[in-house]
Amino acid sequence: MDGRIHSVTLDKERCTGCSNCLMRCPTEAIRVRRGRAHIIDERCIDCGECIRVCSNHAKIALTEPLSSVFAYRHRIALPAPALYGQYRNLPSISLVIEGLIRLGFSDVVEVALGADIVTRAIKEKLKEKGLPKPMISSACPTITRLIQLRFPDLIEHIIDVRQPMEVAASLARKQYAQKHSVSEDEIGIFFISPCAAKATAIHNPLGHSLSQVNGIIAIRDIYGPLLQAMDGLKVGEKETRATRYGIGWAKSGGEAKAVGSIKRLAVDGMEDVISVLEEIENGRLRDIEFFEGAACRGGCVGGPLTFENKFIARNTVKCLGEKLPVTHPDEVIHLEQLPPIPLHFEEDLKPNDSLKLHPSISGAIERMERMQEILSILPGYDCGSCGSPTCRSFAEDIVRGYCTQNDCIFLLRDRLKVMAQEMIDISQTKREHSNDN
Amino acid sequence: MIQAKYTVVRGDYARAGEASADIKRTLKQLGVDSSTLRRIAVASYESELNMVIHSLGGTLTLVIDNDRVKLTSNDLGPGIFDVNEAMQEGYSTADDIARNYGFGAGMGLPNMRRNADKFAIYSMVPDGTTIEMEFNIG
Ligand SMILES: Nc1ncnc2c1ncn2[C@@H]1O[C@H](COP(=O)(O)OP(=O)(O)OP(=O)(O)O)[C@@H](O)[C@H]1O
Ligand code: SF4
Ligand code: SF4
Ligand SMILES: [Mg+2]
Repeated sequence: MDGRIHSVTLDKERCTGCSNCLMRCPTEAIRVRRGRAHIIDERCIDCGECIRVCSNHAKIALTEPLSSVFAYRHRIALPAPALYGQYRNLPSISLVIEGLIRLGFSDVVEVALGADIVTRAIKEKLKEKGLPKPMISSACPTITRLIQLRFPDLIEHIIDVRQPMEVAASLARKQYAQKHSVSEDEIGIFFISPCAAKATAIHNPLGHSLSQVNGIIAIRDIYGPLLQAMDGLKVGEKETRATRYGIGWAKSGGEAKAVGSIKRLAVDGMEDVISVLEEIENGRLRDIEFFEGAACRGGCVGGPLTFENKFIARNTVKCLGEKLPVTHPDEVIHLEQLPPIPLHFEEDLKPNDSLKLHPSISGAIERMERMQEILSILPGYDCGSCGSPTCRSFAEDIVRGYCTQNDCIFLLRDRLKVMAQEMIDISQTKREHSNDN
Repeated sequence: MIQAKYTVVRGDYARAGEASADIKRTLKQLGVDSSTLRRIAVASYESELNMVIHSLGGTLTLVIDNDRVKLTSNDLGPGIFDVNEAMQEGYSTADDIARNYGFGAGMGLPNMRRNADKFAIYSMVPDGTTIEMEFNIG
């Protein structure tokens, strides 16, 4: 697993070095140096916040264009349930499915169906005895990466069930290959994604080594073509195979509702998720069994690569779900009857050590002592003009050797004052000398 | 040696937990192992919150050297009348506001003692309460 491959990157041409993104990054992964933003790759968790706030559109997510699907003889679309929320007054999910076929996909397997299966697997997991409390959902890859980086001691709380996207992809590949008697590697599987985090998750899967997804298409990019493709379509027979619960995963709280434990908690938005993780760490949430955290406000309908306003999208998804029967995954998904597809992690999640100051504690203490010395002479304004998000991170950057004290304009100003005074002093000494003559 | 001192304000629920959050952040930057970190997290949070809820305010001091973390809470009063009683699991005098925030199980002090490798509490009415805790690291 290589933490350096990730989806959010900078378009250098467009970045003006304005620093808008600098303070908004929840992991302090951004620096502005020599008039341009940089992302410290190991620390980026692909939350997409910098994509949202950049007014120059210089922060981008690496996803595939729609045309890339034609590199495969057989192409399966995996729409995230958040896609359904993008079309106001959508009468039925069948239109989206038929529309995707019109766009050139050979088949469509809904990620909401994956979510139904994952719901069952999570419910089974929660029955195990002696689990730490609360168990934490692994559905949002940004939150999983946040925990690896900032809350490594909570890794054991993460539920070791794969993401709905992966489960849907495994199922799609197996069933399609069987039904059409084609080889599994002739099939290209494309996830239609609300976020960059899922794009990273296919290059860099969490809890297993290989992804079953071949490419990611941003909801934003497919929105227009799909709208056209749906034009004139009538509500058809290709109805959704998912339950209303699986579809509800697009909204924050949807997963917790599907899992159905009474002692559950769902929180959306980075700041609030972070404060709940702090509480879990402090041992103050032991009476909760299941915690669902979504990086995006509103859940995946609020993902950075979506098109529609998140509140409207949320409502659309809700209405579509309510049209379906009140069937729970428990009634229709029987894990033992599924084809053999992997549902669980095959490797442990590892902590991301890139916030550590040094591999050894004594080395790290030494560095922190120097940081504290530097911090004591910094003004503490957290102004960002040095290019680091806070004075503390600036002190850290100096100790790590990435910049010098002169990058702080306040320290520089003080030094200039001293130098200017010295110049005056020197010039006056000269005059005194000349007076002596 | 690393030192940090945090001021804890009586009744300030909005900022309660910030000192502990900063302490945890420091320990993670140093690479303190997960189980020790969790023990320190619980102890520092409980002592910080006790000062917010039960005391007139005080300070939380962190000292780290190569093999141990020392946490000291020191408040300005009113002190604990019977320390032995306060150390019992389930003993609490928390008011309605505190209970509303989910405190008042009477588990804070016992949890501090359980999680620390060394624990000492001194209290005088009305001068205040001092708790010293040590954790072995590295
Ligand atoms: N710093 C303090 N100053 C004065 N009294 C205190 C202080 N810390 C604890 N106490 C007293 O000791 C009692 C027990 O404290 P403890 O932390 O064990 O439980 P609690 O704070 O009441 O509930 P919990 O910590 O479980 O939310 C408190 O109810 C309070 O009466
Ligand atoms: S995507 Fe999020 S974590 Fe990554 S650089 Fe942008 S704001 Fe920071
Ligand atoms: S909440 Fe959903 S859309 Fe947002 S980062 Fe997490 S998985 Fe992606
Ligand atoms: Mg307490």
